[in-house]
Amino acid sequence: MTTSLRTWDSDAVLAVEHLTMRFGGLVAVNDLTFSVGRGDITALIGPNGAGKTTVFNCITGFYKPTTGMMSMRPKDGSLHLLERMPDFIVARKAKVARTFQNIRLFSGMTLLENLLVAQHNPLMIASGMTILGVLGIGGYKAKEKEAIDRARYWLDKIGLTARADDPAGDLPYGAQRRLEIARAMCTGPDLLCLDEPAAGLNPRESAELNDLLLSIRRDDGTSILLIEHDMSVVMGISDHVVVLEYGTKIADGTPNETRNDPRVIAAYLGVEDEEVEEIEQELDEQFGDGHDEQPAGDNEGERA
Amino acid sequence: MSTQAKSLPQGGPDFGQALKDGVIVAIIAFALLGPLVGLRTDQNMANELIIQNRLGLAAILSAIVGAGRFLLSAFVYPWLTARGRKTKAAVTLAELETRATRARHLSIGGLAFLFVYPVLIISLVGVQGSIKWVDNFGVQILIYVMLGWGLNIVIGLAGLLDLGYVAFYAVGAYSYALLAINFHLSFWVLLPVAGILAAFWGLILGFPVLRLRGDYLAIVTLAFGEIIRLVLINWKAFSGGSAGISSIPKVTLFGLYSFDVSAPNNFAKVFHLAASSAYYKVFLYYLILLLALLTAFVTMRLRRLPIGRAWEALREDEVACRSLGINTTNTKLTAFAIGAMFGGFAGSFFAARQGFVSPESFIFMESAVIVAIVVLGGMGSMIGVALAAVAMIGGTELLRELSFLKAVFGNDFNPDQYRMLLFGLAMVIIMVWKPRGFVSVRQPTAFLFRRKTVSGDLVKEGHG
Repeated sequence: MTTSLRTWDSDAVLAVEHLTMRFGGLVAVNDLTFSVGRGDITALIGPNGAGKTTVFNCITGFYKPTTGMMSMRPKDGSLHLLERMPDFIVARKAKVARTFQNIRLFSGMTLLENLLVAQHNPLMIASGMTILGVLGIGGYKAKEKEAIDRARYWLDKIGLTARADDPAGDLPYGAQRRLEIARAMCTGPDLLCLDEPAAGLNPRESAELNDLLLSIRRDDGTSILLIEHDMSVVMGISDHVVVLEYGTKIADGTPNETRNDPRVIAAYLGVEDEEVEEIEQELDEQFGDGHDEQPAGDNEGERA
Repeated sequence: MSTQAKSLPQGGPDFGQALKDGVIVAIIAFALLGPLVGLRTDQNMANELIIQNRLGLAAILSAIVGAGRFLLSAFVYPWLTARGRKTKAAVTLAELETRATRARHLSIGGLAFLFVYPVLIISLVGVQGSIKWVDNFGVQILIYVMLGWGLNIVIGLAGLLDLGYVAFYAVGAYSYALLAINFHLSFWVLLPVAGILAAFWGLILGFPVLRLRGDYLAIVTLAFGEIIRLVLINWKAFSGGSAGISSIPKVTLFGLYSFDVSAPNNFAKVFHLAASSAYYKVFLYYLILLLALLTAFVTMRLRRLPIGRAWEALREDEVACRSLGINTTNTKLTAFAIGAMFGGFAGSFFAARQGFVSPESFIFMESAVIVAIVVLGGMGSMIGVALAAVAMIGGTELLRELSFLKAVFGNDFNPDQYRMLLFGLAMVIIMVWKPRGFVSVRQPTAFLFRRKTVSGDLVKEGHG
């Protein structure tokens, strides 16, 4: 670690402190502390079962963490303690939006409808909590027009404007991923959490995804926290990488720092066959008893 | 055994196989029917148990079964597969589009027909003869159309399987009956009150219940429907027990004209018409028609509002809804309460129409019929639900009219008793023929360029 202050140290949009999540006897996340810098693209990486999705579910309120504090500071300067909020309040008040590992679009609704559902809360207020809307009074029509314009902006951005009136379930896989990101962005978040956005994408689609994420950060000022296995995305666009293994943080720094961290190389990035012994030797020297294989439980099961 | 088989034209590629199928099925049928039908125990004059041999009858029945199987294998199945192949290939977007246009034309035509229906009936069969057609068919069907549309909000839009909808119908009916008798309030005051009370019950039920999902929700709502009925039976001081409440006041024409025979402002007297209950029936017909249309209008408006979109999104994926900041509990509660409110309206109308309510009218069967109407109609589709109500309620009413069948089956035959059998058969056939109901396409609530109908295959049914 260099002495200069990084964004995530000086101006954190989200600070996770001593987060622990236990499922019965299984410790899925163990005393995890990290920060997400404002305007940064932060990648949370680690081998399968390392507890990445559990961290996401804690941040977005789908799980109540066993212990720990997660403080979120949106642009308006307010402070929200996420561990105390139910999931929908996290999205509404603390301005954290998320996508899912297995795409969760409203497949029977059109692309436009998907993006309008994401703007539910402001539209609900515009329709006078439905009562004025049913009677047809108040400025709901104008607000709905604005919402459609906003949806249009995102459809343009993900290149799906021509298919606005098609059902979301008809889209190809890559387009569904982009639509899910657009839907999350329509809630107007300050922090966008993406759970494996590049999973199942071909190299061209991955490159498009990189451009989309960079433009979200540039144009909308939204900080991004992502879980990813695709190294071209992680190393290509992220400013900050946090590496988890068995629920514990093993590295935290810029992509270059983590890329060269021997523990990360051994745990996650994988090593060439001929290098295995060499690295194990190196590890033994550095950490004494080396790193034993611990039994890993599947603690990433998403709550249905 | 399949004697008919020989008389049928030969030469089709499948006929040998079909004949074999027929013979095998006939043999299996005989093995089953032989003991069941062929041997009958009876008592003779000396009170001894004797066995009657009816193997001939069993053989005839088995032959009929075999012949039926032969016909299915030889003609019906090939025809069905050919048709299935054709429709699968033919359903394109344009096809869906024309279907939607057809549905729209159908709804406008249907609406016009509904408004002229009583006039048409009176001009055809006279004032006195119209009672049966306006009341038994018109009003009865429209009550179920309204109930179907009300439940459609809960099941079709929000995807919550509510098997106790009849409870809210009962709350509405008893609200009107009790408040009208004890406080002498008019129907027009009590209609909204009944709706509000039913919605309130919806909320009370909803709070604990809506944490449950899927089958659990269905079971608890079913139990709630039964609890309301049992309370009405047992709390005699409040509801009159199983004897029910009688002489519930009739609806007045906004207090201007009454339909009570003894009242000075009796409608028929004022207009110097022959005394008949037909005028009241026609009035009730238009009243329930307007109430049903109100339900439809409000539902269509709600679908275009954020709350309606949130209901449908909830049906599609609840977890995603929560990640977008939607309070799913409140959203479910509003669906439950608004559905219950329309049930309450229909209930107070029912009490005013019957002039008598008892717990007998609010059995589980009623809930089952309403759910069947919604599912049969195609979940979420207004026109489909209306068509299903016409088919189900009109169909059962029509069975009462089939007295000519007595000429065929003998004087003991009562077509009414076969209602449930035919009902079940019809449901099975329709569900095989159209598994997603009469109208399976979904109309989007907003569009950027062009309104395209969404194929029912993509729309989820909801699971909670």
